[in-house]
Amino acid sequence: MAKVQMTVNGKSVSGEVEGRTLLVEFIRGKLELTGTHIGCDTSQCGACLVHVNGQAVKSCTMFAAEAEGAEVTTIEGITGKDGSLTAVQQAFQDYHGLQCGFCTPGMVMSATALLKDNPKPSEAEIREYLKGNICRCTGYHNIVKAIMAASGQDVGAIAAE
Amino acid sequence: MYNFDVVTPKTVADAVAALGEEDAQALGGGQTLIPTLKQRLASPSKLVSLTGIDEIKGIRTDDSGVLCIGGGTSHSTIAGEGSAYPALAALAGNIGDPAVRNRGTIGGSLANNDPSACYPAAALASGATIVTNSREIAADDFFQGMFTTALDDAEIITEIRFPVPEKANYQKFEQPASRFSLVGVFLAKYADGVRVAVTGASNDGVFRWSEAETALSSNFSVDALDGLSASSDDMIADMHGSAEYRAHLIGVLTKRAVAAAG
Repeated sequence: MAKVQMTVNGKSVSGEVEGRTLLVEFIRGKLELTGTHIGCDTSQCGACLVHVNGQAVKSCTMFAAEAEGAEVTTIEGITGKDGSLTAVQQAFQDYHGLQCGFCTPGMVMSATALLKDNPKPSEAEIREYLKGNICRCTGYHNIVKAIMAASGQDVGAIAAE
Repeated sequence: MYNFDVVTPKTVADAVAALGEEDAQALGGGQTLIPTLKQRLASPSKLVSLTGIDEIKGIRTDDSGVLCIGGGTSHSTIAGEGSAYPALAALAGNIGDPAVRNRGTIGGSLANNDPSACYPAAALASGATIVTNSREIAADDFFQGMFTTALDDAEIITEIRFPVPEKANYQKFEQPASRFSLVGVFLAKYADGVRVAVTGASNDGVFRWSEAETALSSNFSVDALDGLSASSDDMIADMHGSAEYRAHLIGVLTKRAVAAAG
Protein backbone atom coordinates (compact mmCIF):
# COMPACT_ATOMS: atom_id res chain seq x y z
CA MET A 1 0.00 0.00 0.00
CA ALA A 2 1.14 3.51 -0.77
CA LYS A 3 -0.34 6.90 -0.13
CA VAL A 4 -1.74 8.85 -3.04
CA GLN A 5 -2.82 12.46 -2.99
CA MET A 6 -4.78 14.32 -5.66
CA THR A 7 -7.39 17.03 -6.12
CA VAL A 8 -10.84 15.71 -7.00
CA ASN A 9 -13.57 18.20 -7.88
CA GLY A 10 -11.55 20.97 -6.27
CA LYS A 11 -10.98 19.17 -2.97
CA SER A 12 -7.64 17.77 -1.89
CA VAL A 13 -8.03 14.06 -1.15
CA SER A 14 -5.66 11.28 -0.20
CA GLY A 15 -5.80 7.61 0.59
CA GLU A 16 -3.88 4.36 0.80
CA VAL A 17 -3.97 2.36 -2.42
CA GLU A 18 -2.43 -0.80 -3.80
CA GLY A 19 -0.38 -0.48 -6.96
CA ARG A 20 -3.15 -2.20 -8.90
CA THR A 21 -5.92 0.10 -7.61
CA LEU A 22 -7.51 1.72 -10.64
CA LEU A 23 -8.40 5.40 -10.60
CA VAL A 24 -12.08 4.49 -10.98
CA GLU A 25 -11.85 2.19 -7.95
CA PHE A 26 -10.32 4.99 -5.90
CA ILE A 27 -13.01 7.43 -7.01
CA ARG A 28 -15.91 5.06 -6.35
CA GLY A 29 -14.60 2.98 -3.46
CA LYS A 30 -12.51 5.41 -1.41
CA LEU A 31 -14.17 8.70 -2.26
CA GLU A 32 -17.67 7.22 -2.66
CA LEU A 33 -18.25 9.30 -5.78
CA THR A 34 -20.35 6.69 -7.55
CA GLY A 35 -21.48 8.85 -10.44
CA THR A 36 -18.48 7.55 -12.39
CA HIS A 37 -19.52 4.12 -13.62
CA ILE A 38 -17.66 0.94 -14.44
CA GLY A 39 -19.21 -0.51 -17.57
CA CYS A 40 -16.87 -2.83 -19.42
CA ASP A 41 -13.65 -2.45 -17.41
CA THR A 42 -11.77 -2.96 -20.69
CA SER A 43 -11.60 0.70 -21.84
CA GLN A 44 -14.16 0.16 -24.58
CA CYS A 45 -17.33 1.78 -23.22
CA GLY A 46 -16.36 5.11 -21.67
CA ALA A 47 -18.81 4.98 -18.72
CA CYS A 48 -15.82 5.66 -16.43
CA LEU A 49 -14.66 8.75 -18.31
CA VAL A 50 -13.34 11.55 -16.09
CA HIS A 51 -11.08 14.52 -16.67
CA VAL A 52 -7.48 14.31 -15.47
CA ASN A 53 -5.64 17.63 -15.68
CA GLY A 54 -8.37 18.78 -18.05
CA GLN A 55 -8.16 15.82 -20.42
CA ALA A 56 -10.73 13.08 -20.99
CA VAL A 57 -9.42 9.79 -19.59
CA LYS A 58 -10.92 6.37 -19.04
CA SER A 59 -10.46 5.93 -15.30
CA CYS A 60 -10.63 2.13 -15.58
CA THR A 61 -7.40 2.23 -17.59
CA MET A 62 -5.26 4.37 -15.31
CA PHE A 63 -3.91 3.53 -11.88
CA ALA A 64 -4.76 5.72 -8.91
CA ALA A 65 -1.03 6.01 -8.24
CA GLU A 66 -0.57 7.60 -11.66
CA ALA A 67 -2.93 10.41 -10.63
CA GLU A 68 -0.61 11.54 -7.83
CA GLY A 69 -0.81 15.34 -7.72
CA ALA A 70 -3.35 15.49 -10.55
CA GLU A 71 -6.52 17.55 -10.85
CA VAL A 72 -9.41 15.14 -11.39
CA THR A 73 -12.95 16.14 -12.27
CA THR A 74 -15.83 13.68 -12.12
CA ILE A 75 -19.48 14.04 -13.08
CA GLU A 76 -20.18 15.24 -9.54
CA GLY A 77 -17.74 18.11 -10.00
CA ILE A 78 -19.21 19.84 -13.02
CA THR A 79 -22.55 21.06 -11.62
CA GLY A 80 -22.86 24.39 -9.87
CA LYS A 81 -22.62 24.58 -6.09
CA ASP A 82 -26.39 25.01 -5.94
CA GLY A 83 -26.86 21.84 -7.98
CA SER A 84 -27.62 23.70 -11.20
CA LEU A 85 -26.94 21.72 -14.34
CA THR A 86 -24.33 22.62 -16.95
CA ALA A 87 -25.47 23.40 -20.48
CA VAL A 88 -24.49 19.86 -21.54
CA GLN A 89 -26.43 18.24 -18.70
CA GLN A 90 -29.48 20.41 -19.32
CA ALA A 91 -29.40 19.59 -23.02
CA PHE A 92 -29.21 15.85 -22.29
CA GLN A 93 -32.40 16.32 -20.26
CA ASP A 94 -34.11 18.54 -22.82
CA TYR A 95 -33.33 16.32 -25.80
CA HIS A 96 -33.83 13.00 -24.01
CA GLY A 97 -30.17 12.09 -24.48
CA LEU A 98 -30.44 9.15 -22.12
CA GLN A 99 -32.66 6.23 -21.42
CA CYS A 100 -31.26 3.91 -18.76
CA GLY A 101 -28.64 6.50 -17.86
CA PHE A 102 -25.74 4.12 -17.27
CA CYS A 103 -23.47 5.60 -19.95
CA THR A 104 -24.61 9.17 -19.24
CA PRO A 105 -21.87 10.29 -16.82
CA GLY A 106 -19.24 9.27 -19.36
CA MET A 107 -21.19 10.79 -22.23
CA VAL A 108 -21.56 14.10 -20.41
CA MET A 109 -17.87 14.19 -19.42
CA SER A 110 -16.85 13.31 -22.97
CA ALA A 111 -19.14 15.96 -24.47
CA THR A 112 -17.84 18.52 -21.98
CA ALA A 113 -14.25 17.76 -23.00
CA LEU A 114 -15.17 18.02 -26.67
CA LEU A 115 -16.85 21.42 -26.32
CA LYS A 116 -13.90 22.79 -24.37
CA ASP A 117 -11.60 22.06 -27.34
CA ASN A 118 -14.14 22.56 -30.10
CA PRO A 119 -17.01 24.87 -29.08
CA LYS A 120 -18.99 24.40 -32.31
CA PRO A 121 -18.42 20.82 -33.47
CA SER A 122 -20.15 19.47 -36.55
CA GLU A 123 -22.40 16.44 -36.27
CA ALA A 124 -19.62 14.31 -37.79
CA GLU A 125 -17.08 15.64 -35.28
CA ILE A 126 -19.42 14.83 -32.39
CA ARG A 127 -19.97 11.28 -33.63
CA GLU A 128 -16.23 10.84 -34.15
CA TYR A 129 -15.44 12.14 -30.67
CA LEU A 130 -17.95 9.77 -29.09
CA LYS A 131 -16.26 6.73 -30.65
CA GLY A 132 -15.08 5.65 -27.21
CA ASN A 133 -18.45 6.07 -25.47
CA ILE A 134 -20.95 3.29 -25.95
CA CYS A 135 -24.70 3.67 -25.38
CA ARG A 136 -26.93 0.64 -25.86
CA CYS A 137 -30.25 2.48 -25.48
CA THR A 138 -30.47 5.67 -27.45
CA GLY A 139 -28.91 4.88 -30.80
CA TYR A 140 -26.89 8.09 -30.20
CA HIS A 141 -29.20 10.43 -32.13
CA ASN A 142 -30.55 12.23 -29.09
CA ILE A 143 -27.09 12.39 -27.54
CA VAL A 144 -25.76 14.06 -30.67
CA LYS A 145 -28.75 16.42 -30.70
CA ALA A 146 -28.13 17.31 -27.06
CA ILE A 147 -24.49 18.16 -27.75
CA MET A 148 -25.44 20.23 -30.80
CA ALA A 149 -27.94 22.09 -28.62
CA ALA A 150 -25.48 22.55 -25.77
CA SER A 151 -23.10 24.18 -28.23
CA GLY A 152 -25.82 26.57 -29.36
CA GLN A 153 -26.31 24.97 -32.76
CA ASP A 154 -29.41 23.98 -34.70
CA VAL A 155 -30.40 20.39 -33.98
CA GLY A 156 -33.04 20.16 -36.70
CA ALA A 157 -30.58 19.23 -39.42
CA ILE A 158 -29.36 16.04 -37.78
CA ALA A 159 -30.17 13.12 -39.99
CA ALA A 160 -31.95 10.12 -38.50
CA GLU A 161 -29.60 7.54 -39.94
CA MET B 1 -4.69 -8.25 -11.59
CA TYR B 2 -1.83 -9.66 -9.59
CA ASN B 3 -0.54 -6.99 -7.27
CA PHE B 4 2.57 -4.91 -7.85
CA ASP B 5 4.08 -1.64 -6.75
CA VAL B 6 3.83 1.48 -8.90
CA VAL B 7 6.61 4.04 -8.82
CA THR B 8 6.45 7.42 -10.55
CA PRO B 9 9.98 8.70 -11.23
CA LYS B 10 10.45 12.24 -12.55
CA THR B 11 13.63 11.65 -14.54
CA VAL B 12 14.85 9.10 -17.07
CA ALA B 13 17.82 8.29 -14.83
CA ASP B 14 15.54 7.43 -11.90
CA ALA B 15 13.29 5.36 -14.15
CA VAL B 16 16.21 3.38 -15.55
CA ALA B 17 17.45 2.72 -12.02
CA ALA B 18 14.00 1.50 -10.97
CA LEU B 19 13.80 -0.75 -14.02
CA GLY B 20 17.02 -2.42 -12.94
CA GLU B 21 15.15 -4.36 -10.28
CA GLU B 22 14.09 -7.89 -11.08
CA ASP B 23 10.65 -8.18 -12.74
CA ALA B 24 10.22 -4.42 -12.97
CA GLN B 25 8.45 -3.23 -16.10
CA ALA B 26 7.96 0.18 -17.72
CA LEU B 27 4.42 1.60 -17.86
CA GLY B 28 3.80 4.12 -20.63
CA GLY B 29 0.24 5.37 -21.04
CA GLY B 30 -1.02 1.95 -20.02
CA GLN B 31 -3.64 1.63 -22.74
CA THR B 32 -2.30 -1.80 -23.69
CA LEU B 33 -0.46 -2.85 -20.55
CA ILE B 34 -3.30 -2.23 -18.08
CA PRO B 35 -5.78 -4.41 -20.05
CA THR B 36 -3.01 -7.02 -20.29
CA LEU B 37 -2.49 -6.93 -16.52
CA LYS B 38 -6.23 -7.27 -15.97
CA GLN B 39 -6.13 -10.52 -17.93
CA ARG B 40 -3.22 -11.69 -15.76
CA LEU B 41 -1.06 -12.04 -18.86
CA ALA B 42 1.76 -10.17 -17.12
CA SER B 43 2.96 -10.27 -13.53
CA PRO B 44 5.56 -7.58 -12.91
CA SER B 45 6.67 -6.97 -9.33
CA LYS B 46 6.96 -3.27 -10.00
CA LEU B 47 5.61 -0.90 -12.64
CA VAL B 48 7.75 2.10 -13.44
CA SER B 49 5.37 4.78 -14.70
CA LEU B 50 6.95 7.01 -17.35
CA THR B 51 4.11 9.54 -17.57
CA GLY B 52 5.60 11.88 -14.96
CA ILE B 53 8.89 12.33 -16.83
CA ASP B 54 8.68 15.73 -18.52
CA GLU B 55 12.04 15.41 -20.29
CA ILE B 56 10.63 12.75 -22.66
CA LYS B 57 7.52 14.71 -23.65
CA GLY B 58 7.05 17.16 -26.46
CA ILE B 59 7.71 17.77 -30.14
CA ARG B 60 10.47 19.80 -31.77
CA THR B 61 12.07 20.17 -35.18
CA ASP B 62 15.87 20.03 -35.21
CA ASP B 63 18.21 22.13 -37.35
CA SER B 64 18.08 19.66 -40.25
CA GLY B 65 14.27 19.58 -40.30
CA VAL B 66 13.92 16.23 -38.55
CA LEU B 67 10.79 15.96 -36.39
CA CYS B 68 11.82 14.81 -32.91
CA ILE B 69 9.07 13.47 -30.67
CA GLY B 70 9.61 12.57 -27.03
CA GLY B 71 8.84 8.94 -26.22
CA GLY B 72 6.34 9.96 -23.56
CA THR B 73 4.34 12.18 -25.92
CA SER B 74 0.66 11.26 -26.18
CA HIS B 75 -1.14 10.44 -29.41
CA SER B 76 -3.40 13.48 -28.91
CA THR B 77 -0.38 15.81 -28.61
CA ILE B 78 1.13 14.37 -31.80
CA ALA B 79 -2.22 14.70 -33.58
CA GLY B 80 -2.50 18.32 -32.46
CA GLU B 81 1.11 19.51 -32.67
CA GLY B 82 2.71 17.24 -35.25
CA SER B 83 1.69 19.32 -38.25
CA ALA B 84 5.28 19.37 -39.55
CA TYR B 85 4.57 15.76 -40.61
CA PRO B 86 0.87 15.72 -41.57
CA ALA B 87 0.60 11.99 -42.35
CA LEU B 88 2.03 11.15 -38.94
CA ALA B 89 -0.29 13.60 -37.16
CA ALA B 90 -3.25 12.10 -39.01
CA LEU B 91 -2.19 8.59 -38.01
CA ALA B 92 -1.95 9.64 -34.35
CA GLY B 93 -5.38 11.28 -34.48
CA ASN B 94 -7.02 8.06 -35.64
CA ILE B 95 -5.73 5.68 -32.97
CA GLY B 96 -8.37 4.26 -30.63
CA ASP B 97 -10.63 7.02 -29.34
CA PRO B 98 -10.01 10.49 -27.84
CA ALA B 99 -9.62 9.29 -24.23
CA VAL B 100 -7.22 6.53 -25.25
CA ARG B 101 -5.21 9.06 -27.29
CA ASN B 102 -4.89 11.29 -24.23
CA ARG B 103 -3.07 8.53 -22.32
CA GLY B 104 -1.35 6.36 -24.91
CA THR B 105 2.19 7.32 -25.92
CA ILE B 106 4.29 6.84 -29.04
CA GLY B 107 7.15 5.34 -27.05
CA GLY B 108 4.83 2.84 -25.42
CA SER B 109 3.39 1.80 -28.76
CA LEU B 110 6.79 1.32 -30.39
CA ALA B 111 8.21 -0.56 -27.40
CA ASN B 112 5.22 -2.91 -27.41
CA ASN B 113 5.44 -3.46 -31.19
CA ASP B 114 1.94 -4.86 -31.53
CA PRO B 115 1.77 -6.45 -35.01
CA SER B 116 -1.33 -4.36 -35.78
CA ALA B 117 -0.28 -1.04 -34.24
CA CYS B 118 -0.03 2.08 -36.40
CA TYR B 119 3.18 3.79 -35.24
CA PRO B 120 5.56 0.96 -36.18
CA ALA B 121 4.52 1.44 -39.82
CA ALA B 122 5.20 5.18 -39.60
CA ALA B 123 8.58 4.70 -37.94
CA LEU B 124 9.71 2.02 -40.40
CA ALA B 125 8.45 3.83 -43.51
CA SER B 126 10.10 7.04 -42.36
CA GLY B 127 13.44 5.41 -41.58
CA ALA B 128 13.07 6.92 -38.12
CA THR B 129 15.71 6.72 -35.43
CA ILE B 130 14.61 5.38 -32.05
CA VAL B 131 16.62 7.08 -29.33
CA THR B 132 16.87 5.45 -25.92
CA ASN B 133 18.59 6.36 -22.67
CA SER B 134 21.69 4.55 -23.90
CA ARG B 135 21.83 4.53 -27.72
CA GLU B 136 20.26 5.28 -31.10
CA ILE B 137 18.58 2.47 -33.04
CA ALA B 138 17.57 2.65 -36.72
CA ALA B 139 13.95 1.63 -37.31
CA ASP B 140 15.20 -1.05 -39.73
CA ASP B 141 16.99 -2.71 -36.79
CA PHE B 142 14.44 -1.90 -34.08
CA PHE B 143 11.48 -4.10 -35.02
CA GLN B 144 12.38 -7.75 -34.56
CA GLY B 145 9.07 -9.59 -34.88
CA MET B 146 5.70 -9.61 -33.18
CA PHE B 147 5.92 -7.86 -29.77
CA THR B 148 9.72 -8.00 -30.04
CA THR B 149 12.14 -5.10 -30.39
CA ALA B 150 15.84 -4.37 -30.03
CA LEU B 151 15.21 -2.79 -26.61
CA ASP B 152 16.99 -4.24 -23.61
CA ASP B 153 15.13 -4.80 -20.35
CA ALA B 154 15.92 -1.53 -18.62
CA GLU B 155 15.95 0.61 -21.74
CA ILE B 156 13.52 3.49 -22.30
CA ILE B 157 12.62 5.18 -25.56
CA THR B 158 13.36 8.84 -24.96
CA GLU B 159 12.83 10.22 -28.47
CA ILE B 160 11.87 9.21 -31.98
CA ARG B 161 13.42 11.17 -34.85
CA PHE B 162 11.38 11.28 -38.06
CA PRO B 163 12.97 12.63 -41.25
CA VAL B 164 10.05 14.49 -42.84
CA PRO B 165 9.29 13.11 -46.32
CA GLU B 166 8.32 15.05 -49.44
CA LYS B 167 5.04 13.14 -49.57
CA ALA B 168 3.46 10.60 -47.28
CA ASN B 169 0.19 8.90 -46.54
CA TYR B 170 -1.13 6.27 -44.17
CA GLN B 171 -4.00 4.02 -45.18
CA LYS B 172 -5.56 2.14 -42.30
CA PHE B 173 -8.12 -0.57 -42.97
CA GLU B 174 -9.64 -0.50 -39.53
CA GLN B 175 -10.88 -3.49 -37.58
CA PRO B 176 -13.85 -1.63 -36.14
CA ALA B 177 -14.11 -3.42 -32.79
CA SER B 178 -10.47 -3.10 -31.73
CA ARG B 179 -9.73 -0.01 -33.85
CA PHE B 180 -6.35 -1.51 -34.65
CA SER B 181 -5.48 -1.88 -38.31
CA LEU B 182 -6.60 -5.08 -39.97
CA VAL B 183 -3.94 -3.95 -42.43
CA GLY B 184 -2.24 -0.57 -42.54
CA VAL B 185 0.18 0.79 -45.14
CA PHE B 186 2.42 3.79 -44.52
CA LEU B 187 4.03 5.28 -47.62
CA ALA B 188 6.79 7.89 -47.48
CA LYS B 189 8.53 9.47 -50.47
CA TYR B 190 11.99 10.92 -49.90
CA ALA B 191 14.42 12.47 -52.33
CA ASP B 192 16.41 9.22 -52.38
CA GLY B 193 13.48 6.84 -52.74
CA VAL B 194 10.13 5.58 -51.52
CA ARG B 195 9.58 3.46 -48.43
CA VAL B 196 6.47 1.36 -47.85
CA ALA B 197 5.81 -0.22 -44.44
CA VAL B 198 2.98 -2.63 -43.72
CA THR B 199 1.39 -3.31 -40.34
CA GLY B 200 -1.39 -5.65 -39.30
CA ALA B 201 -0.59 -8.25 -41.92
CA SER B 202 2.46 -10.32 -41.08
CA ASN B 203 3.10 -12.85 -38.34
CA ASP B 204 6.51 -11.17 -38.06
CA GLY B 205 5.00 -7.76 -37.34
CA VAL B 206 5.68 -4.62 -39.34
CA PHE B 207 7.71 -5.07 -42.55
CA ARG B 208 8.76 -3.18 -45.67
CA TRP B 209 7.24 -4.16 -49.02
CA SER B 210 10.41 -3.90 -51.05
CA GLU B 211 8.90 -4.72 -54.48
CA ALA B 212 6.52 -1.78 -54.14
CA GLU B 213 9.34 0.45 -52.93
CA THR B 214 11.44 -0.36 -56.00
CA ALA B 215 8.53 0.21 -58.38
CA LEU B 216 7.46 3.48 -56.77
CA SER B 217 10.99 4.82 -56.45
CA SER B 218 11.39 4.75 -60.22
CA ASN B 219 7.79 5.76 -61.02
CA PHE B 220 5.71 7.32 -58.25
CA SER B 221 2.27 6.51 -59.59
CA VAL B 222 -0.60 4.12 -58.92
CA ASP B 223 0.09 2.45 -62.29
CA ALA B 224 3.57 1.47 -61.13
CA LEU B 225 1.95 -1.00 -58.76
CA ASP B 226 -0.03 -2.81 -61.47
CA GLY B 227 0.82 -6.48 -61.48
CA LEU B 228 2.50 -6.36 -58.08
CA SER B 229 1.02 -8.42 -55.31
CA ALA B 230 2.26 -9.09 -51.81
CA SER B 231 2.85 -12.72 -50.93
CA SER B 232 0.38 -14.28 -48.51
CA ASP B 233 3.12 -16.49 -47.05
CA ASP B 234 3.31 -15.96 -43.28
CA MET B 235 0.43 -13.47 -43.24
CA ILE B 236 -1.84 -13.33 -40.20
CA ALA B 237 -5.01 -15.39 -40.65
CA ASP B 238 -7.79 -15.04 -38.09
CA MET B 239 -11.57 -14.64 -37.80
CA HIS B 240 -11.29 -11.12 -39.25
CA GLY B 241 -9.50 -12.05 -42.43
CA SER B 242 -7.54 -14.78 -44.19
CA ALA B 243 -3.89 -14.53 -45.16
CA GLU B 244 -4.91 -14.07 -48.80
CA TYR B 245 -7.34 -11.28 -47.89
CA ARG B 246 -4.68 -9.43 -45.95
CA ALA B 247 -2.16 -9.82 -48.78
CA HIS B 248 -4.74 -8.43 -51.19
CA LEU B 249 -5.41 -5.46 -48.90
CA ILE B 250 -1.72 -4.56 -48.92
CA GLY B 251 -1.85 -3.95 -52.66
CA VAL B 252 -5.12 -2.05 -52.49
CA LEU B 253 -4.05 0.16 -49.61
CA THR B 254 -0.66 0.91 -51.15
CA LYS B 255 -2.41 2.12 -54.31
CA ARG B 256 -4.75 4.24 -52.23
CA ALA B 257 -1.80 5.69 -50.34
CA VAL B 258 -0.04 6.67 -53.58
CA ALA B 259 -3.23 8.27 -54.89
CA ALA B 260 -3.82 10.15 -51.64
CA ALA B 261 -0.20 11.30 -51.35
CA GLY B 262 -0.57 12.92 -54.79
